[in-house]
Amino acid sequence: MSQAKENIEKETVEQVQSLAGEKYKYGFSSDIDSEKAPKGLNEDIIRFISAKKEEPEWLLEWRLDAFERWLTMSEPEWAMVDYPQIDYQDLYYYSAPKSMDDRPETLDDVDPELLRTYEKLGIPLSEQEVLAGVKNRVAVDAVFDSVSVATTFREELASAGVIFCSFSEAVIEHPELVKKYLGTVVPKYDNYFTALNSAVFSDGSFVYIPPNTCCPMELSTYFRINEPNTGQFERTLLIADKGSYVSYLEGCTAPMRDENQLHAAVVELVALEDAEIKYSTVQNWYPGDEEGRGGIYNFVTKRGDCRENNAKISWTQVETGSAVTWKYPSCILRGDNSVGEFYSIAIGNNYQQIDSGTKMIHLGKNTSSRIISKGISAGKSSNAYRGQVSVHRKADKARNFTQCDSLLIGDTCSAHTVPYIETKNPTAILEHEATTSKISDDQLFYCQQRGLDAEEAVSLIVNGFCKDVLQHLPMEFAVEAQKLVGISLEGSVG
Amino acid sequence: MSALLEIKNLHVSVTDTEILKGLSLSVSAGEVHAIMGPNGSGKSTLSYVLAGRDGYEITEGDILLNGVSLKDMNPEDRAIAGLFLAFQYPLEIPGVTNMTFLKTSVNAVRRGRGEEEMDAASFLRFVRDKAKALRLDDDMLKRPLNVGFSGGEKKRNEILQMSVLEPTMAILDETDSGLDIDALKTVAEGVNALRDAQRGMLVITHYQRLLDYIKPDIVHILAGGQIVKTGSPDLALELEKSGYADYVGEVVA
Repeated sequence: MSQAKENIEKETVEQVQSLAGEKYKYGFSSDIDSEKAPKGLNEDIIRFISAKKEEPEWLLEWRLDAFERWLTMSEPEWAMVDYPQIDYQDLYYYSAPKSMDDRPETLDDVDPELLRTYEKLGIPLSEQEVLAGVKNRVAVDAVFDSVSVATTFREELASAGVIFCSFSEAVIEHPELVKKYLGTVVPKYDNYFTALNSAVFSDGSFVYIPPNTCCPMELSTYFRINEPNTGQFERTLLIADKGSYVSYLEGCTAPMRDENQLHAAVVELVALEDAEIKYSTVQNWYPGDEEGRGGIYNFVTKRGDCRENNAKISWTQVETGSAVTWKYPSCILRGDNSVGEFYSIAIGNNYQQIDSGTKMIHLGKNTSSRIISKGISAGKSSNAYRGQVSVHRKADKARNFTQCDSLLIGDTCSAHTVPYIETKNPTAILEHEATTSKISDDQLFYCQQRGLDAEEAVSLIVNGFCKDVLQHLPMEFAVEAQKLVGISLEGSVG
Repeated sequence: MSALLEIKNLHVSVTDTEILKGLSLSVSAGEVHAIMGPNGSGKSTLSYVLAGRDGYEITEGDILLNGVSLKDMNPEDRAIAGLFLAFQYPLEIPGVTNMTFLKTSVNAVRRGRGEEEMDAASFLRFVRDKAKALRLDDDMLKRPLNVGFSGGEKKRNEILQMSVLEPTMAILDETDSGLDIDALKTVAEGVNALRDAQRGMLVITHYQRLLDYIKPDIVHILAGGQIVKTGSPDLALELEKSGYADYVGEVVA
């Protein structure tokens, strides 16, 4: 086995070397496939999607209702991002599940940039193939049987009573749970993109943790990666029943091969009494090239509801990818004594645009929230923190602490902080701290004098800057996230 | 035997103003040289240009370390080649522990030299031994680099970095500045402990008092961008009495 592994590692290195120097060769347009529904969005397409997934009638109605409302809505324009008008009739709304024919034959067919990143992250070849969606995964079983690994996990989870499956499966197998909670945290019509997602969502994850259960492992979409291409209009629903605990990891540190330009996902979290949800995301989709061409538009609505007393929801995100990010993972602190947390690292390089932050809505008594946001801008990127802390009339003794730090690299990028703070209860205590700093030439020179090259120095300084957030990531995730921070800032210093 | 560090007729300009005007000196392995000079004589420029800082343009002359020109090397390659600069004002890096910084630094240098990187466990032992030898508290290794360090702690930390990186040529830029007498003694002890037959040191200072504790082999006086006098340690004492006025005058004339 170790011999096989060695061979594979050697092979990886050779492959990467042979590909070095090539330019990105995948655009975001793909030829029409007979398996796909035609371009455009109308009722027929929605019926088609629902039928393909063999959905019950109520869900089809739910989709159609969202679609009708979506037609009357308009795209939000308040964010500090600028992108060309999206022609929603020029997109495919049913491209998943992708046919095997669309997948690359071998790693030779995969974008070399992607492979280089895998290499830098130290991801074994077998996992690279899985991530890149390679069709003929010849070597995989020799070192890493992803299928059996996934099965083992499933069995262990099932014995704890945890439900962890795709959204489509949940609709069929646990309709009562889906029906009870779907759309209760993020209403269908919440905003333009949630209405769109509600109408056309492809698939996603479903998690239910039964009462008084501590989920025996970190749940990760990574284990379901052999069901790819569900990303474009993903829908995640996670319910932590009374007294339960779950840690959920979304995405993985390696970038996913992805050809969809528009992503409009919805994530709903429900924490019942005494339950705790920890939700971590590492997002590094294609950010576009150094000239700002291409890249993903990531328009995501994520919200958690501390529905009952003493519930806790904690968001941790590391956002390094996408050309445009529009994302505000939020907490509704409904139950008394409930706690919301938001720890964020958002890194922009080249022409990336980020408008991201959180909302902490204090409704219950003694609710508390904590926001730590670290924004890093390099190249010609723009990075805005937009956050709302709102304390309602009955939320006695609500408490919030917000810290927003921005770090600038170079002098062609920008950082913005847009806090909205409102309280209708005089007993609230709210704190907001914000800093903006720049990596100084002195710091760089100091590091270089100690043997670090400029990129290593930037990576070290930025990782230090992000430390307060990185330490909230699950251990094995944090190590890769640290590497990723360095990789995403490559080329940011001369 | 050829010198460890050889500076030949060095002319350096900063934004078109010539600061060093033909400076020459050479340091052999095992020697400690002191450079003294008044404000504005070019002491800091010398330390920066040796370390390869951006914005310091060599218009004439050369710097050789072990016979190899440093002129076209970037700062990290000079560090890898064995040059170390103890900063007058060590920089702070929030969130990065001293230990992490030291390990990153040592491994960057080892990698640059084609040596194997140290793993976490053996590095920990290595750095603890070094800290102990300098009588530094372990606690200092866990704190973020120079953040909230007192002036004395920062300078001692520079000496720790030097001992960990084991340079062949160390430049100490105004290591005494901002130190009270006790801190000065501690730092000097650290430096003395690192004196070695294989290592050269260049101690740049404004005042003679540091040289009471770090006894140099040779003293140079830098004024107006040139070495105007070279002599025994007695030269420093002389200078303490008469000041720099004579030498500044010499150059102007």
